[in-house]
Amino acid sequence: MSTVLLRTKGLSVTYGGLSALSDLDLEIREGEIVGLIGPNGAGKTTAFNSITGAVKPSSGSIFFRGEEITGRPAPSIAKAGIARTFQNIRLYDDLTVIENVMVAAHSSISYSFLEAVAGLGRFKKDERRIHNEAERLLKTMGLIDQAREKADSLPYGSQRKLEVARALALKPALLLLDEPVAGMNPIETIEFGELLVRIREELNLAVALIEHDMGFVMDVCHKIRVIDHGSPIAWGSPEEIRSDPRVIAAYLGVGEA
Amino acid sequence: MEMTSASARETVLRDRLLTALAVGTLLGFLWYADNHFSFYNVRILNTIAIFIILAVSYNLINGITGQFSLEPNAFLAVGAYTSAIFTMSPQEKLQSFIIEPMIWPLSQISLSFPVSLLLAGLVTAFMALIMAIPVFRVRGDYLAIVTLGFGEVIQVVANNIIPVTNGPLGLKGLPPYTNLWWSWGVCLFTLFCVVRLVNSSYGRAMKAVREDETAAQAMGINAFRIKTLAFTFSAFFEGVAGGLLAHLITTISPSLFTFIFTFNLLIIIVVGGLGSTTGAVIAAVIITWGGEYLRVVEEPLTILGFHYKGIPGMRMVIFSLLLILVMLFARNGLMGRREFSWHALFDGAARIRRRIGRSQ
Repeated sequence: MSTVLLRTKGLSVTYGGLSALSDLDLEIREGEIVGLIGPNGAGKTTAFNSITGAVKPSSGSIFFRGEEITGRPAPSIAKAGIARTFQNIRLYDDLTVIENVMVAAHSSISYSFLEAVAGLGRFKKDERRIHNEAERLLKTMGLIDQAREKADSLPYGSQRKLEVARALALKPALLLLDEPVAGMNPIETIEFGELLVRIREELNLAVALIEHDMGFVMDVCHKIRVIDHGSPIAWGSPEEIRSDPRVIAAYLGVGEA
Repeated sequence: MEMTSASARETVLRDRLLTALAVGTLLGFLWYADNHFSFYNVRILNTIAIFIILAVSYNLINGITGQFSLEPNAFLAVGAYTSAIFTMSPQEKLQSFIIEPMIWPLSQISLSFPVSLLLAGLVTAFMALIMAIPVFRVRGDYLAIVTLGFGEVIQVVANNIIPVTNGPLGLKGLPPYTNLWWSWGVCLFTLFCVVRLVNSSYGRAMKAVREDETAAQAMGINAFRIKTLAFTFSAFFEGVAGGLLAHLITTISPSLFTFIFTFNLLIIIVVGGLGSTTGAVIAAVIITWGGEYLRVVEEPLTILGFHYKGIPGMRMVIFSLLLILVMLFARNGLMGRREFSWHALFDGAARIRRRIGRSQ
């Protein structure tokens, strides 16, 4: 049995009087792919935002590798090993594809800005390392031929892949994907699923993903957490979730017979 | 693989040689200008160098890091006063401070020009750091408001701490240390430092913060630190530019450092292309040089028998038209966010050659 990487306890986020997420308990183990599903507005993205520090949780706690990270600022959580992608793609549009990936390696550099200006010692070594790592990630994601193009010139599906490459450049232990295959055609979706499984094995990565494409979720996820109206309603393997009456009710509504 | 790395090394060598050649040509030109140009033209060349320093460092925070700020006049003032206070001789200080004597120990200190320039940069950078800490804790356009306010406050302060700044009388009779070698030397040094910083991981992080702060933070970039670095770094060079300016015009007073300075620099970096260091340099040259040579339109002229009286302020009308044209036809400025590189130059030349070849 692998160890628990991320655990949230009673995680809640409220905006004024509105409860966006309440009492989420989530457990992600090393090397596991966990799906987070639920109707629109259920609080899935809010869960990601609060885990990554983009939004401060109103109550509850988050533990990563046994250490409490609740309320820590986003950069610090990213450095601790949680990387993410965004639902509405947020690339650095005006930077090239490879620069986008290299940005995420910033926290790994060992040179100071004075060394950068002088162009000395560690500067060259680090830059070469970051560049090579970025090239390797772009090769994995099949984007190496577009390395020198601007990020916003890429087609939609490639932009999603670039977001994943950028997140991987952080060398995370946990990768949060917010609707990774939204807007991809069925073939691209299948290819992305295979790629994801391969990356997870290669890097021994834990993945949590939000997705509306149920076929994709059922295919790649080991465990699924269902949320509705901000509250978690079900937790289990794809088979268990498929037949859970609460899940069917949340998605299809309850018949008033 | 061997081949590509060898040719890559050759390209690097070629680019370095070309850069050295370009710098050599510039130095040769400066040497010629120093010996043959009129006082007026040498003064313009000095001013151009100072404006390049200002534009390039202003662009670092405004264009590259994307944090709208309005500080150059304030930092120029801080740098100018700091360096002036340290270079004036005790004798000169005794004579100029007629309202109230200068406070000890400032009244006795007299340092060399390079040391005072360095101090000007450091003091200004320190001011920037103090401003950055509260301002960058929050997101939004607070930097613009705070820096605009600081620019006004600094003039009031300079007017009122008479034992240090000599109040509204200003500081006169500064040694005219700034010559072509100092101004262009510092200018080249600034360009070198800024370009190196922008091409490092710090520069990429600055651009990432400009493009999408939330995404930058999610990738482990501490936006607060990166913005503070960019702001302090540019403040240092703006302070040094202030020192150069003070020792070029040899007389400074609080009224010199009005918001107009900042406004002109804003025009320069927008015309050049926000975010492009190359654009900042080109626009600084065109606008500073053009601003002087356009004085012609304010003087009486006779063109083809038609007599023109000369209208004061006509220069500004032409500038405004120029700005409108830029905004209409080159929304992103002359360079957009592109940068000059030998590589791009050769590629462009090759493309043109091919096009000519095809048309024949």
